[in-house]
Amino acid sequence: MELFWYIVLMTMLAVYVILDGYDFGAGIIHLFFAKEEKDKVLITKSIGPFWDANEVWLIAAGGVLFFAFPTLYASAFSGFYLPLIMILWLLIFRATGLELRGQLHNSLWENIWDKAFGLASLLLALFFGVALGNVVRGVNLGMVENGVSTQEAHYFFLPLWNSTLDPQSHQLGIIDWFTLLFGLISVLALTIHGAAWIIFKTNSSLNSRLKTVIFYANLGLVGLILLSLLLGFILNPLPFQNFCSRPLVWIFTAVMLTGSLGLFKIRSWKKDGMGFLFSSLFLAGGFAATVASIFPNLLPSTNTVNPSLTIYNVAAPEYGLKTGLSWFVVAVVLVALYLVIQYRVFRGKMDDVDYHGEH
Amino acid sequence: MEDMLLYDRLQFAFTITFHYLFPQLTMGLSLLIVFFKFRFLRTKEDKFNQAARFWMKIFALNFAMGVVTGIPMEFQFGTNWAKFSELTGGIIGQTLAMEGMFSFFLESSFLGLFLFGEKLLGHKLHFLTGLLVFLGSWASGFLIIATHSWMQHPVGFEILANGKYVLTNFGALFSNVWLWPSYLHNQAASLVTASFVMAAVGAFYLLSKKQEEFGQLFVRTGVIFGLAASLLAAFPTGDMTAKNVVKYQPETFAAMEGIFETEKGGSEIILVGQPNMLEKKLDNKIAVPNVLSFLTYQKWDREIKGLNEFSPENHPTNVPGLYYAYHIMVGLGTIFIGLLSLAAVQLFRRKLYTTNILLWGLLFMLPFPYIANTTGWYTAELGRQPWLVHGLLRTAEGISPTVSSGNTLFTLLGFVGLYLLLGLLFLLLAGKIIYKGPQTAIK
Ligand code: HDD
Ligand code: HEM
Ligand code: HEM
Repeated sequence: MELFWYIVLMTMLAVYVILDGYDFGAGIIHLFFAKEEKDKVLITKSIGPFWDANEVWLIAAGGVLFFAFPTLYASAFSGFYLPLIMILWLLIFRATGLELRGQLHNSLWENIWDKAFGLASLLLALFFGVALGNVVRGVNLGMVENGVSTQEAHYFFLPLWNSTLDPQSHQLGIIDWFTLLFGLISVLALTIHGAAWIIFKTNSSLNSRLKTVIFYANLGLVGLILLSLLLGFILNPLPFQNFCSRPLVWIFTAVMLTGSLGLFKIRSWKKDGMGFLFSSLFLAGGFAATVASIFPNLLPSTNTVNPSLTIYNVAAPEYGLKTGLSWFVVAVVLVALYLVIQYRVFRGKMDDVDYHGEH
Repeated sequence: MEDMLLYDRLQFAFTITFHYLFPQLTMGLSLLIVFFKFRFLRTKEDKFNQAARFWMKIFALNFAMGVVTGIPMEFQFGTNWAKFSELTGGIIGQTLAMEGMFSFFLESSFLGLFLFGEKLLGHKLHFLTGLLVFLGSWASGFLIIATHSWMQHPVGFEILANGKYVLTNFGALFSNVWLWPSYLHNQAASLVTASFVMAAVGAFYLLSKKQEEFGQLFVRTGVIFGLAASLLAAFPTGDMTAKNVVKYQPETFAAMEGIFETEKGGSEIILVGQPNMLEKKLDNKIAVPNVLSFLTYQKWDREIKGLNEFSPENHPTNVPGLYYAYHIMVGLGTIFIGLLSLAAVQLFRRKLYTTNILLWGLLFMLPFPYIANTTGWYTAELGRQPWLVHGLLRTAEGISPTVSSGNTLFTLLGFVGLYLLLGLLFLLLAGKIIYKGPQTAIK
């Protein structure tokens, strides 16, 4: 049962990355590339009816984490307290930026909310990458000092950073140069993803330029990933040992590589959806390969006193997990149905859809 | 340690109070919008469709506020109440996860269709999306209150040797005696809010002599729904919730009602008075003898235990706050019924739209259902103290062990600042939509 809920949770998170990922990406493109009013409006239209439902994948994944792995939920959420709350604030700015902009016609007002939406999207992409970096790097579970736990074995707390930004320092911080690298990877990957979404869903005048953006961002992305692999190898060989011994990780990596290679050909694909397909493959494969390489760990321990948190030592008892299954199956079918309806009604380009909530 | 608990509690109280200002309107208003859309389908009169469109704008804004303030709630169990989450997550996590999977997806997927899809879908399907949004929001209320009811009255579980709570009976979560009265009461109360908002907007149009056709429609709808909902909030639902409290949390009930000493021959109902915690009695009281016993047990002489009979460490931690919260809620409920009955009589005599004094009354009533709802929740939550899970887990035992008070105060201040901004923006924009009125909404 633990394994089942682990797969559910990770799948939900991967779906979240793909779906809300294009919203963040669209925000980043909006921030850096959309200069004309009509492009800005088109970008927000392309995500308008979707972003709220996309965000629910995060909330629902949080719910599943809470009920299936309560100890991890408690440990990670209190340990990463500050960045999580900041993510919440950023989500608030992102949403208000999108929803409030159209309410008044005043250039100052529109400008403020454009920036709020764009900046919040950029920072969210960065923070989520940093979060993944933290999971790969591990934390000081039990807050061990001089070989003695100062807290219960599964609790910890990390400040935002330490003065050296050193991932091997005695006092870890959430942001160090290793996790920051993950953050940058995430920003680039989601920029590509968002650009691909805009190309897919609109006839914006930016589209041909965005293809060039995708091409070069992809080049940068590959470079950063190679760098992170190299540095990761020096810091923490565990995922790499797993990498060699686990066929599943190989498959995920292959999916990711397919996505990455496909994106290099962005300028020659005939169908507008192809770029989005490949960037989704890239994200899903990359995310899956990363989490599978530390399996069954969910949060590795950096000390030798307390064990890592694994799917087995943080799960809720069997009865709850089993009953959860019965309602979950029903819910998933419904959610899939909503998704199909939603994407069917809003299929194709979004240029002409109009929105009664505005004006 | 003391500070940690204090700031965790303040942050939770502040963020949830703010969050709940929005869903109460969402849940009630979605019903009223569906009603307008339904009337439009039946009568084909365009004014109903315009009315629905107008309220959808306010709904969209309100919903967005509800969503952005709701997400922090879901995360705060882990960030600020880690120990509580670790111990009870296998149970309350169920209902919270169900809320995400069943209601938030439903609401958010169809909200997009509802707001963007009128032209694409045609009126029948558009009505259907509205109905689904309504269902989603009511399901959301149901599952969150199921969670809350478990904290008030835990059922269907066992406590392991390591202190963890494990679920042993899933069905018990939904047949919890606490759940249904609370849920129905809460939904009636949220319809009260939506009805008063609608009536107040209508009264504003009538009094300022603009959009009068809509003014009449809104006042009429608001008064009729509002009266029905206020009556339901008092009886049977309010009465049933109160009976649960007296049965399962008698010390809370005594504090709510301001009864310090058990009275032989039946308890009086307190209308006015200030709890004096130094001498454990009520100052300046005005009371009617025996009525409380009758209301609670339908027997004039039945005894009700006073607070002084319970051991002090189980007394609610803030007796005066609890007492005032409860009396404000019930007092306002009575006022609502009074005002709306008068309005209904005038409506029936076809004089309401010109009875300015009642229109002013409806207009100025706007903030009060929000106050009644908030004080209602304070009654429930202050009444549960000092327990996090009633009778089992104390609030002080539930906080995150590693998050220091400085960090919590920092985030609390951040939330206060951010939410003040959101609140101002909401008022500004909602004001603008109302000021422009439904007529200009025609495309
Ligand atoms: C418009 C709002 C409103 C109005 C007019 C009333 N209530 Fe209420 N009440 C609520 C809004 C509310 C609420 C905010 O919705 C609560 C909080 C928890 C809940 O389920 O409903 C609540 C809780 C609540 C509780 C606490 C339950 C607990 O401890 O969990 C009791 C005993 C009552 N109500 C009783 C009444 C009575 C006897 C009323 C008679 C007039 C009344 N309420 C009117
Ligand atoms: C929307 C209505 C609600 C309001 C206005 C409200 C209000 C409050 C208040 C004022 C407190 C602080 C009490 C104190 O510390 O003295 C509190 C605490 C708390 N409430 Fe609620 N609450 C609401 C709904 C809920 C629901 C639905 C849940 C559960 C799912 C919940 C769970 C909690 C928890 C965990 C705490 C923290 C522990 C505590 O202080 O008791 N609340 N709430
Ligand atoms: C601690 C308790 C609570 C938590 C964790 C919580 C969580 C949330 C979340 C995450 C959302 C956003 C959903 C989305 O993105 O679509 C939301 C919105 C909503 N919540 Fe809450 N909530 C709490 C209290 C309440 C209460 C007490 C009620 C009503 C009884 C309620 C009713 C709703 C409704 C109807 C919505 C839909 C959006 C809106 O109405 O504005 N919530 N809540």
